[in-house]
Amino acid sequence: MIRLLKYVILDIVKNKIVIAYCIMLALFTWSAFGLEDNVSKGILTLLNIMLLAVPLVSVLFATIYVYNSNEFIELLLSHPVKRSVIWKALFIGLSLSMVAAFIIGTGIPLLFFADFSTALIMIVAGCMLTIIFVAIAFLSSILTRDKAKGIGIAVMLWLYFALLFDGLVLFIFFQFSDYPIEKPVVLLSALSPIDLCRILILLQLDVSAMMGHTGAIFKNYFGSNLGLLVSFLLLVLWVAVPFYISLRKFKKKDL
Amino acid sequence: MGTSIREKYCYRISSLKMLIRFYLLLMPVLLLPEICAANATNVLRVGKGQSYGSIKAAIAASSHGDTVIISAGLYQEGNIIIDKSIFIQGEGKPILDGQLKFEILSVKANHVTIKGLVLKNSGRSAMDDPGAIKVYDASNVLIEGNTLLDNYFGVYLQYSKNCIVKNNFIRATQLLEHQSGNGIHCWKSDSLQIIGNKTYGHRDGIYFEFVTHSIIWRNLAYNNLRYGLHFMFSNDNAYISNLFKNNGAGVAVMFTKKVVMINNSFEDNLGDAAYGLLFKEISDCYLSGNKFIRNTTGIFFDGSNRIIIERNIFKENGWGMRLQANCMDNVIQLNNFLGNTFDMATNGSLTLNMFSENYWDKYQGYDLNRDKIGDVPYHPLSLYAVIVEQNPPAMLLYRSFMVNLLDQSEKLSPSLTPENFVDNKPSMAPHNL
Repeated sequence: MIRLLKYVILDIVKNKIVIAYCIMLALFTWSAFGLEDNVSKGILTLLNIMLLAVPLVSVLFATIYVYNSNEFIELLLSHPVKRSVIWKALFIGLSLSMVAAFIIGTGIPLLFFADFSTALIMIVAGCMLTIIFVAIAFLSSILTRDKAKGIGIAVMLWLYFALLFDGLVLFIFFQFSDYPIEKPVVLLSALSPIDLCRILILLQLDVSAMMGHTGAIFKNYFGSNLGLLVSFLLLVLWVAVPFYISLRKFKKKDL
Repeated sequence: MGTSIREKYCYRISSLKMLIRFYLLLMPVLLLPEICAANATNVLRVGKGQSYGSIKAAIAASSHGDTVIISAGLYQEGNIIIDKSIFIQGEGKPILDGQLKFEILSVKANHVTIKGLVLKNSGRSAMDDPGAIKVYDASNVLIEGNTLLDNYFGVYLQYSKNCIVKNNFIRATQLLEHQSGNGIHCWKSDSLQIIGNKTYGHRDGIYFEFVTHSIIWRNLAYNNLRYGLHFMFSNDNAYISNLFKNNGAGVAVMFTKKVVMINNSFEDNLGDAAYGLLFKEISDCYLSGNKFIRNTTGIFFDGSNRIIIERNIFKENGWGMRLQANCMDNVIQLNNFLGNTFDMATNGSLTLNMFSENYWDKYQGYDLNRDKIGDVPYHPLSLYAVIVEQNPPAMLLYRSFMVNLLDQSEKLSPSLTPENFVDNKPSMAPHNL
């Protein structure tokens, strides 16, 4: 397992795209903090990058990487290695390298500029988003043998979570604004990992506004230690479920 | 010769008259020591081993102008009434305990000074509002350097004039509003000076009702259950350089005219009904040099007119200002709005107020002629502020991609936000405040 992991990580590093991704993130982050006149605006710029670019790059790169390692996987299967070990090694290797790129690129400047609790929650949220979208990539790449279709599914899922979902929730808000919909909406927001991360960061950034009318309700849900734990568990679930489904499919797949 | 004798005689008589006149003139001066001796200020000492065993006995024995010095120790004497113009000084912080039953000091004479005491556990009753120090219909009372702990009301002034409350430390630990009175409560008074006091944990830190021509200067009000400072029907007052922090509902100025507010800080007043500063039905006020930091709402305007707000800082608030549509002729100029979630909110489409030369950190315009005034007007009311006002749970979607998109398109062509809610001369750089 460890040896397999080493091969995967070495291969990814040789690929150089992850390094380029890391440098791009670093450039984005440093310029966001350098160009904006105050830190909070820099954090907002970064938040937008984090909620859109990080999931996109993770899901695309991982999907393509899995498709391209098809031959490598087939080669490994001819050796006495368990199928699940191969799939897990691939997943962990990809996640680790993407997370490392994110932490080096964005995490370090964040720790420099932002206050500690905000930086910490943003780093944790970014890492979780990376891993979640790698897991989604694994799922979409196992669903179909057709590479174009697989990448298409991955991009569609990203579009749905990053852009469409908010629009749908907003629509529901307006349609049902006469009813007490705070609680259903809190539940609904758990259905999108990007939204969950955004709300966690929102509670840090806009704490004054979130203490207002319904904000206080959300603060009670997400802001308490229990809420933080529950939202973190939900994020872990978002990693575990897609990956577990893909693992089961991979075990039975006729390669 | 006869004439000469007569002349001499006359001279003698006149000189005698002069002498008598001279003595008459001198008399007050010669008698002065005796008058002074009759009116000398006695010093009456209270305490163990002193000439008086109780404060009540000392006050009974005193006359106007005397000094009563209370030595360190615990005094449980019930209600002490001060009905003479005396000077009361504590030595080594003597503790006067109201045993949760009595009003501790009742001042019913003019020119009373109370210094250096510790007053605690006054009675608690909503019927007669007992205070640690309550001043009834008196003028020129000075209350300075006392420590007031766990009282119902701390210092209570009613129908008083020219009184000074200075450098007192006032703290209560009651948990509910109805269990606690106000730290410094002033009612129907005039020309008061409230200076350098610290109030913690009372219902309202400082409370003014029907008080005129008074000043509140350099006080701290922390962690009070309701308001840090509460004004009702109190005209022509000023509050300057005070700090109000983490109070249940911030500061409220209601039903009042001509109040000047300069150089105060309003911080960390968080909650749905908490405002840095709440204006209700007030007019002709002036605000300058104040700081509003990390409040859910910096200033809430309701039915308030002709207020000038200039050179203030609004920083990291949920809403910098909520300007209800029932306000008019307010001037908001030369302020800095920094890092607020929403700079402005309103509840209608009518805007009869003026914005000018404020610095808005969300402004994205340009300045081609380099006069430090943006060439494009700024609309401080964002679309999402309007949406959240009508539909508060929508706050959950704030900062999502969809919402950013909506906000941007609204900025390009306003449709939902009122068109005249605008700063035509937004400043390009923050004002140096």
